[in-house]
Amino acid sequence: MADTPQLVMDERVKQISPMRRALIRPELGGIVGTVAVFIFFGLFAFDSGMFNSQGIMNWSVVSAQFMIIAVGACLLMIAGEFDLSVGSMIGFAGMMIAIFGVTLGWPMWIAILVTFALCVSIGALNGFIVVRTGLPSFIVTLAFLFILRGFTIFLPQTIERKTIIGGIREAAEGDWLANLFGGTIGKGFFTWMGEAGMIATFERGTREGQPVVDGIPMLIVWALGLVLVGHVLLTRTRFGNWIFAAGGDAEAARNSGVPVNRVKITMFMFTAFCATVFAACQVMEFGSAGADRGLLKEFEAIIAVVIGGALLTGGYGSVIGAALGALIFGVVQQGLFFAGVESSLFRVFLGVILLFAVILNTYIRRIITGER
Amino acid sequence: MIPMHKLVLAATVAATPLIAASAAQAEGEKYILVSHAPDSDSWWNTVKNAIALAGEQMDVEVEYRNPPTGDLADMARIIEQAAASGPDGIITTLADYDVLSGPIRSAVDSGVDVIIMNSGSPDQARELGALMYVGQPEYDAGLAAGQRAKDDGVASFLCVNHYISSPASSERCQGFADGLGVDLGEQMIDSGQDPSEIKNRVQAYLSSNPDTDAVLALGPTSANPTLQALDETGLAGDIYFGTFDLGAEIVQGIKDGVIEWGIDQQPFLQAYLPVVVMTNYHRYGVLPGNNINSGPGFVTADALEMVEEFAGEYR
Repeated sequence: MADTPQLVMDERVKQISPMRRALIRPELGGIVGTVAVFIFFGLFAFDSGMFNSQGIMNWSVVSAQFMIIAVGACLLMIAGEFDLSVGSMIGFAGMMIAIFGVTLGWPMWIAILVTFALCVSIGALNGFIVVRTGLPSFIVTLAFLFILRGFTIFLPQTIERKTIIGGIREAAEGDWLANLFGGTIGKGFFTWMGEAGMIATFERGTREGQPVVDGIPMLIVWALGLVLVGHVLLTRTRFGNWIFAAGGDAEAARNSGVPVNRVKITMFMFTAFCATVFAACQVMEFGSAGADRGLLKEFEAIIAVVIGGALLTGGYGSVIGAALGALIFGVVQQGLFFAGVESSLFRVFLGVILLFAVILNTYIRRIITGER
Repeated sequence: MIPMHKLVLAATVAATPLIAASAAQAEGEKYILVSHAPDSDSWWNTVKNAIALAGEQMDVEVEYRNPPTGDLADMARIIEQAAASGPDGIITTLADYDVLSGPIRSAVDSGVDVIIMNSGSPDQARELGALMYVGQPEYDAGLAAGQRAKDDGVASFLCVNHYISSPASSERCQGFADGLGVDLGEQMIDSGQDPSEIKNRVQAYLSSNPDTDAVLALGPTSANPTLQALDETGLAGDIYFGTFDLGAEIVQGIKDGVIEWGIDQQPFLQAYLPVVVMTNYHRYGVLPGNNINSGPGFVTADALEMVEEFAGEYR
């Protein structure tokens, strides 16, 4: 595409200065926001434990959680649709892993694979209903928010007479696939850092002398992996162009041969996949699935994506931006605690800072792109 | 365009007074109380008041934290975060052992003293290396209430469970059923947290099961709408109505003879005592040798005066 002969000087092939090209990226707002947030907490919470090893791990893990669901929500939003069932899907997927793996006693890897298949199918069903009926995805997925949450409470109540199923950690002991979600990597490196005195170690108990942070959780690895895959998919492939086209103007895209319905359904499936990854990491880490898991997570995903510069109307956005949005959200949420903000005012602050981040971001985008 | 640094400055200035205010409390020890309760649960107000009072009296810094939606996985992160901020002690509920045992044990091992309050059990507290457990054993409280109701001639009941995702809630209903000597079966309903939904579900259940002898509510969240439901259906005072926990409306209900009894687990003590115990432990090295049972105590129409005065605040 780059070497189209320039017979007529067309607007689309106009020379853009490298400086402007660097500035016009949708991630820029997210980058500025991230820097601002770190400066803010660097000033107000520097010696509060926020930047020691435990503190860093804490906000990193929370940000990584947001990132996993934000990647799915971001691609779906660029394709012009919403998924409000993400939070319920997280609870549902976790519960299914528990029911298959613990109640029915299946090997954990089968339980996980079947759950993934089931949840991605539900994602496909979501997408199918949206494209077939032409109803707003807002309504369709809102219905699934209730349907999935209902099953998540009903199934364990009926089968086990309780709403939390435990014993997953024991059932997953030594399972290859479970370790891919619940394990940590880089143990040796962290042990070395602990011995070298670079990070704190436990002072008592059976783990005395071991570092307080013993590795990078797989949750973070998944988050970074999904961000990378999502970014490459969106910016380097034909399918990525289709996603933008489907969300920008579905009718125009259809007329130029983009399989809009297929793109949208695939994105619903990907969102469900991300939610299931979130759920799998969570149940493997905590060892139990509960009916209350994932409440309101769909909004957190959408907030992260919007902070990251995507348009709610579709057709514009970036996965890296969404990832930075997730980082901002995670750092702000956990950081306010470290800064010692009064707990009943905590949510006021969260709201104000999030609003501020979005406004700032939009401002910057308008200035650099000269649009709207 | 407003320059970036001005925007940042504006936010910083706006945020400064509140941050400074909370940091400038007491110079003493710092304790953090972490609960599993969603924001919507009004019962925990007593706990907030109690730790604030204890913090004031003992001259220590106290903080209250909870997951906004009651998601226990979020609560685990809050405990990790509390430990990372380096307090002298953490007071936490143990709503689900699987989820919370890891973070609590890490906190204990990294040198932070922990007291388990409200949910959980003495055994679990000991296993995690916590100093002690302060609370009301849920199943036993339900059982005692069930036995009491059985003596009063109750044979069937409706358990209005507004927090069905917490195992402790179901244990209360199960204990009550066992105390009556009946099967729990379908007698427990998931009422949700919304008052009008709770009211309607209670009415629906009672009209489709007209021979129900008693109603058991698990706290003000379900008891207050249930009171209304009974009022509207004319069952108030006729049906045997017992509830866990207290609140202004529950106390009024007891006074009016609509509610038979309220089970007071005395949340005040659950929040107040751990702060006092830990402060004295850290200052003078003294520690009570056992767990503390804050309840159950049955509050009936006798001796309501003090309860009434402080209901919802310290009771």
